[in-house]
Amino acid sequence: MSRIEILKTYKIYIGGNFPRTESGRFYQLKNKDKAIANMCLSSVKDFRNAVVAARSAQGSWAGKTAYNRSQILYRIAEVLEGRRAQFIAELELMGSTKVNATKEVDLSIDRLIYYAGWCDKYTQMYSTVNPVSGSYFNFSVPEPMGVVAVFAPQKSALLGLITQIATIIAGGNTCVVLASEQLALCAVTFAEVLATSDVPGGVVNILTGKQTELLAQFSLHKDVNAILYCGTDEEVKKTVRFNAIENFKRAFIREDGNYFDEKHETPYYIFDFQETKTTWHPIEVIGGSGSGY
Amino acid sequence: MKNYNFSDTPRVDQVGIGDRINRITARSIKHDAKMQGLFMALNMIDLTTLEGADTEDKVRQLCYKAHHLADDIEGLPTTAAVCVYPNFVKLAVNELKGTNVKVASVATAFPSGQSSAEIKLLDTKIAVDNGAHEVDMVISRGKFHSGEYNFVFDEIAMIKEACGKDVRLKVILETGEIGTLDKVRQASDIAMYAGADFIKTSTGKIKPAATLPVTLVMLEAIRDYYYETGIMIGMKPAGGISSAKLALQYLLMVKETLGGKWLTNEYFRFGASSLANDVLMQIAKQKSGIYQSNDYFSKV
Repeated sequence: MSRIEILKTYKIYIGGNFPRTESGRFYQLKNKDKAIANMCLSSVKDFRNAVVAARSAQGSWAGKTAYNRSQILYRIAEVLEGRRAQFIAELELMGSTKVNATKEVDLSIDRLIYYAGWCDKYTQMYSTVNPVSGSYFNFSVPEPMGVVAVFAPQKSALLGLITQIATIIAGGNTCVVLASEQLALCAVTFAEVLATSDVPGGVVNILTGKQTELLAQFSLHKDVNAILYCGTDEEVKKTVRFNAIENFKRAFIREDGNYFDEKHETPYYIFDFQETKTTWHPIEVIGGSGSGY
Repeated sequence: MKNYNFSDTPRVDQVGIGDRINRITARSIKHDAKMQGLFMALNMIDLTTLEGADTEDKVRQLCYKAHHLADDIEGLPTTAAVCVYPNFVKLAVNELKGTNVKVASVATAFPSGQSSAEIKLLDTKIAVDNGAHEVDMVISRGKFHSGEYNFVFDEIAMIKEACGKDVRLKVILETGEIGTLDKVRQASDIAMYAGADFIKTSTGKIKPAATLPVTLVMLEAIRDYYYETGIMIGMKPAGGISSAKLALQYLLMVKETLGGKWLTNEYFRFGASSLANDVLMQIAKQKSGIYQSNDYFSKV
């Protein structure tokens, strides 16, 4: 007797759990007219719940030592390595070639390692001691912005997604990510990797669904501190930038397609999601010049 | 009052209660009904601060917040009361002069209730003399567990006497320490027959604090008492109610168990500190269509 294959139910990832969308809706993923999976069609309420989860996780995530965040990012890479074959198969299922899929998964792992290394170093890069003409020790340090809403690239199923998530969480932010609409399989499987690699629940939340439906609340929600749109649609860019004004969110635009390029490995991607805090600390006059630092 | 045997109070159908709660939580309240419910919930809040670290300034801020919930939203009610420790009562009464907001004080060696009758009486008197409109007392859970129901009854009656007619007495059962729903029912009956004006679930210091099932049992006790005596007793779930959605479910339960007459802050209160902001955020969301952030509402 032949065995009945058990197909995976692709769900969304909120606060460390895998619920279905509260709306009960779904859409179909296809590869050349062949249906490959039913995905959750997330609603604005799912987004709201995800922001609540991201907000409550943010304080303790930012409070972890930089070294510990680094370890956790490294751990994601380790777990991803263990599931290499599964990700390659999923990318192929969504239309990639074996060679390209292998290259994408390998580079995704390497990219996580790259950003894991930066966790306890970028602060030195972007901190400064500032010259002031008074008896103050004046210094600036980068601090995480908070909760970041992300429209992941449509064309880069895994590598593009991981590049955004890594650069955001490396800096102590938490995020709510809407996966690529048509290349969504890997995003949910990547959530399983996150769930089993010491990333606290709520730090990364992954939704699947339609950008057009969620655009307004992603860009308007007052408890979101920054928004990242990876795409080329000029109308969407305009809406994101305009709506972000509602609560002075930071709005960032990154490209959609090719994340293989080395230019996507840069600490400036982490710095994008940092606010600079400057402290004036009173001191006695130091140094012969009398100008302090 | 007819002779009532507290060893033989009605038993609670636990499965039935669970089933009823499941049906209540499955319902959704939207649009106009939701807005009305949210305004009503705000008006029923006892804005509470009961921390060892409370300062005079914190109490002042709390009092200000009680009647200025969010000045940029028009037509908001005030909260029903503020709830503080007895030593802050005078200050709170002063701060709230000229407003509708009442001052409630916890008393009787809150939150454990482990003290002598003299101390508990004095505690109550200080609160009342300083102008508290309401007193929240705790029952002696130890005595209750030892089966000394008369002791518990007499103690409540004694405190009610100290409060006098004008100061309303809320009796905290601390259901998290009482245990079963049967016991909750029993304690509710004792409190009401002893002279409570309100029965209240919890101090907020013990988990679990207020839950829907426990509140339903207490509401049913209030209903039966009303059938028996014609006297309306108030209900105050306290602790752990921090979302607007949950607050609406409580209101729904009150309406369907006791009827519309209880849907005023004369007879129903929420003991809460963070609930107000969540309700305010929901109201702002309903009005603007945009999800809100806690950053835009005052924290006390």
